[in-house]
Amino acid sequence: MGDQVLKGEGDVSLKRAATRRKVLDGLVPVIASIGVFVAIAFLVSLLLYVVVTGAGRLTPTLITDYPSANPREAGMRSATLGSVFTVGLAGLICIPLSIATAVYLNEYAGNKWWSQVLRYNIANLAGVPSIVFGVVGLGFLVYGLGLGRSIIAGAFTLAILTLPYVTVVCVEALRAVPDDQRLGAYALGATTFEVVRYIVLPRAMPMMLTGGILGISRALGEAAPILVISGLLFIREDPTSLLSEFTVIPLQLYSWISRPQVAFQQLAAAGIIVLLAILLALNSLAIYLRQRFYRRLEAG
Amino acid sequence: MTERSSTALLASKSIYRRRLINRIVQSAFLFASLVSTAALVVIFFTLTAESMSFFTNVSVIEFLTGTKWTVLFADKHFGILPLLNATLITSAIAVAFATPVGLAAAIYMSEYAGKRARNLIKPVVETLSGIPTVVYGYFALYFVTPQVLRGLIPDLGIHNALAVGLMIGVLILPIVASLSDDAMRSVPEDLRLAAYSLGARKYQVVLRVIVPAALSGIVASVILAFARAMGETMIAAIAGGFRPILSFDVREAMQTMPSYIAQVATGDAPHGTIEYQSLFAVGLFLLLITAALNFIGIRVVRRWEIRY
Repeated sequence: MGDQVLKGEGDVSLKRAATRRKVLDGLVPVIASIGVFVAIAFLVSLLLYVVVTGAGRLTPTLITDYPSANPREAGMRSATLGSVFTVGLAGLICIPLSIATAVYLNEYAGNKWWSQVLRYNIANLAGVPSIVFGVVGLGFLVYGLGLGRSIIAGAFTLAILTLPYVTVVCVEALRAVPDDQRLGAYALGATTFEVVRYIVLPRAMPMMLTGGILGISRALGEAAPILVISGLLFIREDPTSLLSEFTVIPLQLYSWISRPQVAFQQLAAAGIIVLLAILLALNSLAIYLRQRFYRRLEAG
Repeated sequence: MTERSSTALLASKSIYRRRLINRIVQSAFLFASLVSTAALVVIFFTLTAESMSFFTNVSVIEFLTGTKWTVLFADKHFGILPLLNATLITSAIAVAFATPVGLAAAIYMSEYAGKRARNLIKPVVETLSGIPTVVYGYFALYFVTPQVLRGLIPDLGIHNALAVGLMIGVLILPIVASLSDDAMRSVPEDLRLAAYSLGARKYQVVLRVIVPAALSGIVASVILAFARAMGETMIAAIAGGFRPILSFDVREAMQTMPSYIAQVATGDAPHGTIEYQSLFAVGLFLLLITAALNFIGIRVVRRWEIRY
């Protein structure tokens, strides 16, 4: 640009290059925003298509009725209950484990070599494809430990599947708690446990629950591992115990999607609306808790 | 509130008791943090053990080089190549879609959008990876293939690799966009200012300084996204069809490795049969490939972190 001024403004090629740069400068953000536009367009068209297809079939009987070969009578009662039990139990296993892991890594282990190894393993566990969790659950839990194709086998599989995600959020929550509050407590003679119990956990808890809810909503949408563990079942009764056979909402949707009749496609779309509505509610709760977390941190 | 109760507690217990409690809690938490490592060990050994029984019946050479996969038929062949080929093709389509779109979105979010717009756009883009993959499968089978892609390619099959790849591309788009955005935002401000002081326009700063400086982060995001794409099951099972054929025609149905596992799980593969064992061999093979990709991805991220 400096050259341009020195050599005089009469030079046509320089002027042309300057114009070109000016045009490009205006063009690049437009091209870049297309990326955002494509992403949002996909999301919007997906939601629109599902709502338009499924809204007519959206009735309370969708949740209260058992599945049926007749699409007019079919519902996903057994799948809804299966999801509640499986994902609920997975959350009960996964969330305490994640919090304990995060506290150990962040508050007790510091930067020692085994803590590095543990962190690395958590990253590796997050990279295992979800279908592989299903296969291992089938070999180890269903047949190896003899749990059968049961709710408890599915719940354990989902718990381990979501463990790395929830742990990562919990570690972030602990890192966000300012060190001076910890050091103040240590200076008064508190043990690490007391610092964790009275200083760190109360401040980090909302963010940890955010992580737990995100883990639950991920587990709720998982179909592949449960498909391997439970098979594709047609269940017309409520689960009675943790050893009952079961199915979950995403699998019920999968079995409807695989049928060729249009009525089942509409049924699947209605089920998808329900599933997405639950996920939306969970994520809103997570965002609310995250905001509370930052407010609580600012309050000190 | 907490201050008062903790003071009371500190006064009420002897130091030895408090130390003991601390020790017990520490051991319990250490035990909990070992669960993820134990899970990795269980995953590896379960897959290996069942694969061993698979490979007593099938030669490893046939598994790795055979071009026919007919495990579910009477005349059984055990060549993984058709499944591997389909997995690589759909994942390659996914990455070919997600990389330019995701990178453009990342450039927009990190360099052009204001703080407010960014805080609005990023969660929306990330929503794409939170949608259950069954829903994507449904969308691919009943909307993307018949109503969009058929218009461009009339002889497209109902089940086809193209729609599967595109849908997986949408699923992994947030991985590329989000990680690349992080990488570009952590390029030091000095580099930006230095480029501006030399008279560069904004697009030159972005394309010639920021993107090259963040390149290893961007490459890592693409590698991690590729690994995620390879493991995707439901989209391939719903929209890709159960047809294990070695083909390079993306208009045709193709069966990926996860989709094969899903097919066996849908049908009946009694414990101990060769069909059952094949689940573990395919699972192990898939795990080894994705683990290698993740390893490379994490290494690339590490190298890039050290630079600044």
